[in-house]
Amino acid sequence: MIALTNHAPVLLIAIPLLGAFAVPLIGKLGRGARNTFVGLIALITAAVAGLLAATVFGQGGAPSLYVLGGQGFGLPLPSGLNVPIRIIFEIDGMGAFMALITALVTLTGAFFSFSYWRNRSGGTLFHSLLMLLTAGIFGMELTGDMFNFFVFLEITSIAACGLIGFRVWLKHSQEAGFKVMALYTLSGMFVLLAVGLLYGQYGGLNIAYLASVITGSTIDIVALGLLFTGLALKAGAVPLHMWAPDAYGEAPAPMSAVLVANSQASLYGLFRILFTLFGLTISVATLGWMLIALALLTIFVGVTMALIQSDIKRLVAYSAVSQIGYMLLGVGVGLAVSVAKPDFGFVAMQGGIFHMLNDAACIGLLFFVSGVVIRATGTRDLNRMGGLAHSMKWTSILFIIGAFALAGVPPFNGFASKFLIYEAAFKLSPFLAVVAILSSILLLAVFVKVFQAAFLGTRQEGLESDVPMGMMIPMVALALVVIVFGLFPGFFVDKIVTPAANALWYGRDAYIDLVLGGG
Amino acid sequence: MSIGNLPFVVAALLVVFGIYAFLFKRNLIKLVIGISLVETGVNLFLVSLGYRTAGIAPIYTFAPEAERMVLPTPQALTLTSIVIGLATTALLLSFAVFIHRHYGTLDVRKVKELQG
Amino acid sequence: MNTGMSLIVRTVTRLVYGLALVFGFYVIMHGHLTPGGGFQGGAVVASAFALLLVAFGSAGIKGHLNQHLLQTLEEIGALAFLALGFLGIGTAFFYNLLVNSGGLFGSPVPIGPNAGVFAAGGTLPLMNWAVGLKVMTGIAAIIIAMLVGARKEETE
Repeated sequence: MIALTNHAPVLLIAIPLLGAFAVPLIGKLGRGARNTFVGLIALITAAVAGLLAATVFGQGGAPSLYVLGGQGFGLPLPSGLNVPIRIIFEIDGMGAFMALITALVTLTGAFFSFSYWRNRSGGTLFHSLLMLLTAGIFGMELTGDMFNFFVFLEITSIAACGLIGFRVWLKHSQEAGFKVMALYTLSGMFVLLAVGLLYGQYGGLNIAYLASVITGSTIDIVALGLLFTGLALKAGAVPLHMWAPDAYGEAPAPMSAVLVANSQASLYGLFRILFTLFGLTISVATLGWMLIALALLTIFVGVTMALIQSDIKRLVAYSAVSQIGYMLLGVGVGLAVSVAKPDFGFVAMQGGIFHMLNDAACIGLLFFVSGVVIRATGTRDLNRMGGLAHSMKWTSILFIIGAFALAGVPPFNGFASKFLIYEAAFKLSPFLAVVAILSSILLLAVFVKVFQAAFLGTRQEGLESDVPMGMMIPMVALALVVIVFGLFPGFFVDKIVTPAANALWYGRDAYIDLVLGGG
Repeated sequence: MSIGNLPFVVAALLVVFGIYAFLFKRNLIKLVIGISLVETGVNLFLVSLGYRTAGIAPIYTFAPEAERMVLPTPQALTLTSIVIGLATTALLLSFAVFIHRHYGTLDVRKVKELQG
Repeated sequence: MNTGMSLIVRTVTRLVYGLALVFGFYVIMHGHLTPGGGFQGGAVVASAFALLLVAFGSAGIKGHLNQHLLQTLEEIGALAFLALGFLGIGTAFFYNLLVNSGGLFGSPVPIGPNAGVFAAGGTLPLMNWAVGLKVMTGIAAIIIAMLVGARKEETE
């Protein structure tokens, strides 16, 4: 047990990789063996993620370390040197929080996909790609090394595009896959160029080492611009969001939520670079306001484009894009005031970070429901659906829960995080809070339209009864997360979100000292 | 502007040409070639970061007498980047093959059914 | 079905194919001493396979390069790499357990310019072989899938 706790960071990446490589071999034994194996891997991964989070939050959010391939996993500085030379995983409160989100989304996605692929072939390679994507997302969230971050970024890009274009018999998915892969590759190249610039300037790749020697020189600003562009492109902030509706809309339904986790992981990378790598050596007020401007654009454009959609999956995809804006808004407000560090800045960070978890759960639930609806009616067009509430009662209740939670209606969890964001943004500038609240109301209107089009109306002939149990259990699990986090937000904010916000807001010195000071 | 800056200038030119090809060319295969050019430019940039004047290859087997070796870390970074570029290009070309099979054309202006 | 290129190309390919394979395996095996290693050598071997494919056509290699066998070998290579990483899990992941230990590949590692000791390096040469196997079969599988897939489209 002790060994499991110590090695948890690397096991979190090695076990999904093992699953990804072994699934095709085990898939030759049959569908049942494959499903059992994938389910086992998903459960073990979620358990290890929970263990890691418990360890990190148990020590109050102080970062913990794992050195790959060294004399001992806790010795960052080899004997006689005072720069770290190995690949080091460093997990603080924020990394553990993101690992929890990824574990939740992947677990429910994997279990949902078992019954999704029940009557079709090709599920083996699908699960292999899913495990690879999971390993990549965990790698992005746990690593403390810039080039390692780039490698995991590219792994997630390739696996995600493989999943988007997986159904090769649908022509739209191929077009979406090509567009998304081209843009992801360009973003990866920008990130690599920036990593190369920082390496050439300072001679090191470790984030903690770079953070201790970085100044704000011109090359650093150029590197920051390249990193910002590349990671904002991958996260889906407007005006670089063109790929997002195609990606989320064309992927198979179990996978759209994991793609959202992918975007959130690159958003985490952006926050890590802004807060920990550069810290206060750059002009945080300018950058913070730039983040806030992008956030407002994303929120507004996402919701207004969602209004005019008639395809249900693209509509949910646009609402996912707009929720990324809320996360950017919360953390942007925090960044803009991080020199003086007033209280409302911390509250804004808590809101933005908490919204990552809430958004992942709600969007996952909505994508699952839309997948179920498309399967039941055979069409994606809202104008041709109707009357599903008669035969699919549980699905319509779950849709209401997800939609209200995302739009920020109490007592669900979306209200808790959005209220923190509104409150803090109002103290910075009232205009921000007004735009955010209006967009939430518009989002509620969008979902009411969807509910009326798909679920209300006259009963249609030939509809099957409600979904099988295999698809129901993950959806109910996500709905439980939504409800529980909404009823007791204070408890969860204290236990999980505050260490994460602390790690970004105050934790830069602790992050650097763990690698450079000890060993 | 010394002669030692020449690799970096060439790398920047390759990246610019690649982005130009990606933005302004119409054939899907030319887009993929543009992305490949960007990757090549970035790889060249990474390798030339490690050069030290009058350095030899960083290999100890039968190493000749010399003062210093070039840095080996950028070479490892470049190799990793080349492998990633291979996987990316393979995936992009597979998508191009399937797009041609479905749409019958490789013109990027005609492959625009997902709008709005 | 494509029957490949002319008699001259096919004869030269038969002569060169074995040499290319041996050179590729040499680059993989000596990766810890000379430039090379897993990916580089695997790419050379895969280009030998590609030469075979171009010269003989998809009809000519039907019995020789089986796509399912290639995919199985690819997975075995990947699993071997992960297993070698787990070998040193007592200390840390990817810990080099066999170096300087006197066992397989465990000769003492010389410091400084030397004549190259093959049996030194611990798990590094083994990882080179695993990665080389994966890369050569993986790239060959990609090439065969693309070529055979494209040909199938033409005949439809």
